[in-house]
Amino acid sequence: MTAPSSDSPAKGSLSRRRLLGAAGAGALAVGAAGVGGYAYGNEGEDPPQGIDQATYPFHGRHQSGITTPAQDRLHFAAFDVTTESREALVLLLRSWTEAAREMTAGRSVGQFTALPYDAPPADTGEALGLNASGLTLTFGFGPSLFEKDGKDRFGLRGKQPELLRELPHFPADNLDAGRSNGDLCIQACAHDPQVAVHAVRNLARLGFGTVAMRWAQLGFGRTSSTSNAQATMRNLLGFKDGTANLKSEDREEVDEFVWVHEDDDENAAWLAEGSYLVARRINMRIEPWDRTSLREQEQLVGRDRQQGAPLSGGTEFTEPDFEVTGREGLPLIPVDAHVRLAHPTTNKGVKLLRRGYNFTDGTNTLGRLDAGLFFIAFVRNPEEHYIPMQTRLSGQDPLMEYLQHTGSGLFAVPPGVRSKSGFIGETLFS
Amino acid sequence: MNRLITAACTVFLLGIASACSVTESNEPTAEGGSGAIRVESSADECALTAAEAPSGNVAFKVKNTGSEVTEFYLYAEDGLRIVGEIENVGPGLSRDLVVRAAPGTYVTSCRPGMTGKGIRSEFKVTDSGKDAKITGVDQATIDTATSQYAAYVKDQASQLVDQTMAFTAAYKDGQDDEARKLFPLARGYWERIETVAESFGDLDPKMDLREADLEEGQEWTGWHRIEKDLWPPASGYKQLSPAERATYADDLLSNTNILDERVQTLEYTVDQIGNGSKGLLDEVAAGKITGEEDIWSHTDLYDFQANVDGARVAYEGLKPLLEVKDAALSTQIESAFDALQVLLDKYKVGEEDFVFYDKVTEPQRKELSDAVNALAEPLSKMTGAITL
Repeated sequence: MTAPSSDSPAKGSLSRRRLLGAAGAGALAVGAAGVGGYAYGNEGEDPPQGIDQATYPFHGRHQSGITTPAQDRLHFAAFDVTTESREALVLLLRSWTEAAREMTAGRSVGQFTALPYDAPPADTGEALGLNASGLTLTFGFGPSLFEKDGKDRFGLRGKQPELLRELPHFPADNLDAGRSNGDLCIQACAHDPQVAVHAVRNLARLGFGTVAMRWAQLGFGRTSSTSNAQATMRNLLGFKDGTANLKSEDREEVDEFVWVHEDDDENAAWLAEGSYLVARRINMRIEPWDRTSLREQEQLVGRDRQQGAPLSGGTEFTEPDFEVTGREGLPLIPVDAHVRLAHPTTNKGVKLLRRGYNFTDGTNTLGRLDAGLFFIAFVRNPEEHYIPMQTRLSGQDPLMEYLQHTGSGLFAVPPGVRSKSGFIGETLFS
Repeated sequence: MNRLITAACTVFLLGIASACSVTESNEPTAEGGSGAIRVESSADECALTAAEAPSGNVAFKVKNTGSEVTEFYLYAEDGLRIVGEIENVGPGLSRDLVVRAAPGTYVTSCRPGMTGKGIRSEFKVTDSGKDAKITGVDQATIDTATSQYAAYVKDQASQLVDQTMAFTAAYKDGQDDEARKLFPLARGYWERIETVAESFGDLDPKMDLREADLEEGQEWTGWHRIEKDLWPPASGYKQLSPAERATYADDLLSNTNILDERVQTLEYTVDQIGNGSKGLLDEVAAGKITGEEDIWSHTDLYDFQANVDGARVAYEGLKPLLEVKDAALSTQIESAFDALQVLLDKYKVGEEDFVFYDKVTEPQRKELSDAVNALAEPLSKMTGAITL
């Protein structure tokens, strides 16, 4: 069986479900609505299929999981490299690549290697019988991979991108070191949380002895849409989030604001066609927010809650008009509303491709929801496209009264794996 | 035979194998490896999808299509020496047998009902040109490994008796400082052979139960009962009387003697030794890393070290076998043992003592845990590799 290199899997490929002999019938219930423009599993062979059968190609110019229509679930993991052997690290990246090829195609890890009954199974098993479920695996490299405590562990110092530095302290940050940074990261997105968790679990297992999990975050309810075919979802504040998000269809803008260009950084030509991943764990003070009047909520956000239209009028996708004033000549969208501070016009025309998820990690010791937004954005240049905007928001956005950033990370996302013999980070390690 | 897979696929490892399985039909198969020779064991038939395979790792996927429990054997040419076997395959179930086979003639056999000579046929392993050096492990090597391990267990058990005697004597005598000093050292002999000791389901709960493990109404005895008395909580605890002390101490010693007696006649198979080695690392991961094992004395690192020592002895014993079967795995295990030992040494105080575990910070515990994962993962593959 060959891994799919185009939009649809090779003929005759066996999904985990089909390996188990179950007919695809169980997968029919969910319509394909909301995920447009991409191919699903064996069309033509089987009856209409649900989103659990969606398969995205692993190979390509760019890694998948960036402009891929945002799936419903996330398992994000950051790792520390525990070896100082460059060879061992490359070996791991190769085995991760191999496993990622299998899992994103809906297959098990090591499916083709029969193992003795006295050996633990190669795959942990919880995704047997499930389809690929739109799984994408996106890998990134943190600043500490290039240099840690002044040490160049893997001979990569000379290739560290100029812009790949730990994010600065933003006003009101309350970062937990145990939820921040890391040498490597994996973003696993899928429609079925079991599939995303299975992927991270198996990759972590392959990594024992080479890397150790540093922190991880589960997310549900995508808060951004990365395709025009997707409806805008809501964050836990109850508002639509990411209405103005960059969409995969905006090719020119994606090229301008997401993909690193070959001449962006002379030390880091290897990052061309890649991107930078900004991760921020943003806790929300849910209970006080819920006691806030709708008037105040909408004034803080600058949009109406019902449909997400700017307070200057129109519908969700109407451009906000910051000039429109009401009684006493006050602007309908307050001068410090979130939508104004985050808008491209306030940020030198910068547009963001966000791919965040809601999260709830149970309750904290006070019995309050430990919940919020796990913000993910892919940017071409964090210093121009993210840091100025976040500095402004953290310092001026009155919404910050209800938010607290508790985790942070910046990772360089290498280009996609181009060939069957290629591996993640090949351009960096060659 | 329509599900015939080109036999060449069976020996390839992950990656290359994906090129082979194009010939795989969409016939549903059970989970697990494909690319194997399929065997259907029915009441009166033992049908293989191929009668030969190239040398190297040969995989059989045995499905019991009959109504009785079945077995599958691969014998050497003489039809007597077992090269590989799987037992206890219930009706309707499938199971993989993987063997590492040199070129030659073999005999396959299904034994529905687990009786008789089985339904036999000849099976050829052709020279793949690879794995030219496939050599079996001779019986003498296996015997050496198993008898060495048996001797080790006996030695540890007898030292456990001596040390427990000294410990319980000090405790009964009210020499608490001495008893506290001896407690973790004596336990070391228990922890090195913990997986063997635990195999006696009647002794283990009497000797090594933690307070948190107690069931309603169960009497608490053994090491940890005495531990709490030697390291009592600051309040709400009533010290044991000398008579009570004597009861618990004598009970522990007498159970230790029973353990010592029992291990004298124990024999081990290589897979038991391999699984025991991995099991000791599981013990570390479950109770020691978390500090739950010695919650009163905080002497968890002594137990940690002893578990690792026991696992290492088991590995060293099997090393001559593993190096024949999978030298790379052996190297990986060895360097992971070394790396873990370097970490543990950081917590050593003098020759035989360790820092108390409540002084070990969370980041340090994580570092230890990462090193245990790094070792336990390859170690978990040892038994499978040596039984190939």
